[in-house]
Amino acid sequence: MTTLALAGVYRSFGPIEVLHGIDLELHPAEVHALIGENGAGKSTIMKILGGYLAPSAGQVLLDGKPVTYASGPEAEAQGVVVIHQEFNLAPDLTVAQNIWLGREMGGLFLDHRAMREATQGLLDQLECKVRPDARIRDLAVSDRQMVEIAKALSRNARVLIMDEPSAVLTHREVEVLFRQIDRLRSQGVAILYTSHRLDEVSHLADRITVLRDGAVVRRAGRGELTEDGMATAMVGRDLKDIFPPRRTSFGPVALEVRDFHVPPLVHGVSFTLRRGEVLGISGLVGSGRTELAEGLVGLRPHHGQILRGSAPAQVRSLPEAAAHGIAYLTEDRKERGLLLTKTLRENLTLSTLADFGAPIISRKLEDAALTRAISDFDIRAPSREMAVGNLSGGNQQKLLLAKTMLPEPEVIIIDEPTRGIDIGTKSQIYHFIDRLAREGRSVIVISSDMPEVLGLSDRVLVMRQGRVAGELAGEAIRETAVVRLVMGTSEEISQNA
Amino acid sequence: MRDRLTLSTLGPLAALFALILLGAGLNENFLSAANVTNVLARSAFIGMIAVGMTFVITSGGLDLSVGSMAAFVAGMMILAMNALQPSLGVGLPLALAGIGVAILVGLLAGLANGLLITRAGIEPFIVTLGTMGIFRSLVTWIADGGTLSLDFSMREFIGPIYYGGILGVSWPIIAFAVVVVIGEVVMRHTRFGRYCEAIGSNDKVARYSAVKVERIQLLTYVALGLLVGFATVLYVPRLGSASGSTGLLWELEAIAAVIIGGTALKGGFGRVWGTVVGVLILSLIGNILNLANLVSPYLNGAIQGVIIVLAVVLQRRKSSAEGR
Repeated sequence: MTTLALAGVYRSFGPIEVLHGIDLELHPAEVHALIGENGAGKSTIMKILGGYLAPSAGQVLLDGKPVTYASGPEAEAQGVVVIHQEFNLAPDLTVAQNIWLGREMGGLFLDHRAMREATQGLLDQLECKVRPDARIRDLAVSDRQMVEIAKALSRNARVLIMDEPSAVLTHREVEVLFRQIDRLRSQGVAILYTSHRLDEVSHLADRITVLRDGAVVRRAGRGELTEDGMATAMVGRDLKDIFPPRRTSFGPVALEVRDFHVPPLVHGVSFTLRRGEVLGISGLVGSGRTELAEGLVGLRPHHGQILRGSAPAQVRSLPEAAAHGIAYLTEDRKERGLLLTKTLRENLTLSTLADFGAPIISRKLEDAALTRAISDFDIRAPSREMAVGNLSGGNQQKLLLAKTMLPEPEVIIIDEPTRGIDIGTKSQIYHFIDRLAREGRSVIVISSDMPEVLGLSDRVLVMRQGRVAGELAGEAIRETAVVRLVMGTSEEISQNA
Repeated sequence: MRDRLTLSTLGPLAALFALILLGAGLNENFLSAANVTNVLARSAFIGMIAVGMTFVITSGGLDLSVGSMAAFVAGMMILAMNALQPSLGVGLPLALAGIGVAILVGLLAGLANGLLITRAGIEPFIVTLGTMGIFRSLVTWIADGGTLSLDFSMREFIGPIYYGGILGVSWPIIAFAVVVVIGEVVMRHTRFGRYCEAIGSNDKVARYSAVKVERIQLLTYVALGLLVGFATVLYVPRLGSASGSTGLLWELEAIAAVIIGGTALKGGFGRVWGTVVGVLILSLIGNILNLANLVSPYLNGAIQGVIIVLAVVLQRRKSSAEGR
């Protein structure tokens, strides 16, 4: 008994066929995980299931009968609801207005109160502290994701299609999300779930379908596939060494931060960082991780001491940070990192343009720098002159890394190095980070991805509510210890550290 | 080449050639040296302003005040020259003083716009809508609702700034050409141009890339103010007077020329040579309507309007094609 299914679905864009005969079945009261690298065809499949795209050949079956939707909303009317990765929320409307957009309660006049109350009920289910009257514009990304989920819950879906809902959520929020998924599953909803986090998949999924290059390469039931097995199936080769081996020797202290404040979010943070070391910073979104990083590179007003080597460093702006050899790679690659409509070259050199000739910029030097960046960071672009927005997320991230490394910084702060990137490219980026450390640079990795923090860091700093909750090194870096510090459930560890 | 030869890059050029062919076909005087000089010289004022406007729009800004600013600058220039004439006498020192005042007033006016926008953080549209009213009202007030006229002898003296030239090419055309060449080089080959495009594409990315966003934006308005000053220096000798209606609707013509030339109105992509093509298209339409008795010259505005809308439609096509 299937609720929604694809039977022999093909899909082409122009001359390029991206799906080659996909069969997929969603059963009631089951979570079906669809995994694959970026470009494997997951998004296309979800769009076809959700009625946003029509198959070029093959059928979509709802309750065993072929259906063709004219649009996403038509599919929604049939109980097939998609939670999009790119949010479909109107930034200037409130949470309640967004959730009921197009289905407002009331007759001639809107029943604002009923909508607010219903919204509050949905948010309470999700343990989300956002007010129904808050404007989407003022919400953090993770809260927006929760609103998007609330919106889907409000639709009484029979089939729920979730496109990487956890990518921007913190540990705690992911747990809430999982509880909601469990609840919906027990109510008989058929759920399609995608994520790059394989631990989530093995925890949640009753059924797993692995995609590679537009075809199904593996199907498995619960417990039949280990995380390594999933990764191998996705990539098509063995991925034993997702993480590079740990470094063993470190140089002298490269950066020391003493009693550092970034009002109003970061208070009294102190830490040291050695040459050749990777320091992981963990913590919830809103714990002040990003604000700390932005303070350290002069993007936010701050006070406290920064020492490079043993000399105090004044860092009031990005150029001053660059002068002290400190660089920052933003977590928001599309809105703060790269100019999506510009070419690779223009993006690569933007922050170091003064080094490429004055007053006339030397195209030759720029091109040479791009050639080097492409080979150093294995950037795969069909054309050097294409807009960066058309690159895959992984290649965008590699370009951003190349851009950050262009001035040869000695201390590199990388905020969410692999958000929304497939496992193959992730592993590559981990090895780049390792290479930077082995060259004698110091790297700070801020991440919400727990395996990443655990697998990459020589030392882990955990932040909670703007303060350092604890520090873990060597054998003490274990998931349970980090999570305890993140959640604030273990005072003794933070004191011992 | 960054510009591939697409319909949208070639569109404005093709339109310009079509207009030239049309003009030549309709009237044999169209390609005469006198007419060509006339068209180019009249284009020079709007053209120089439009080059400055290209940078403002490319970096995500807008300046509605340039027409009024030109009137204000012209008024101040005439006022200053008339006031200084008794002490300096008719001659080069007075002309230079007038030029100096015009350029200084232009610079200060641009600085005022720029500071209000970057320091006070007010929308460019609002700021320049405000200063547009202020500048024009000030001129009308100073002229007491009438016309500010340069003393006749001085008008004779500075006449050659507009009417003179070298090798048959008049000064406004030479000045326009120089501004265009500098503008094109600055836009495409210098940091300033690259930063303007970066800020217009996404100012947050620019900020996170250590670009001094406010300073660059401020500079675009100051440069535009300066260019309005230069344009006015060339314009005043033509009539020797200024009034409340001097430079009326220049801002719209300048913005229209920028858009027709392929610069994106929302910023992020600027094309100085395109702006030149845009300016020429707009002037030629007027010129052809005047020369050929085909359509009433009163319909000039309507035809220009159609061209502007058409240009934006073409732009849309292009960006939606890129979005695929």
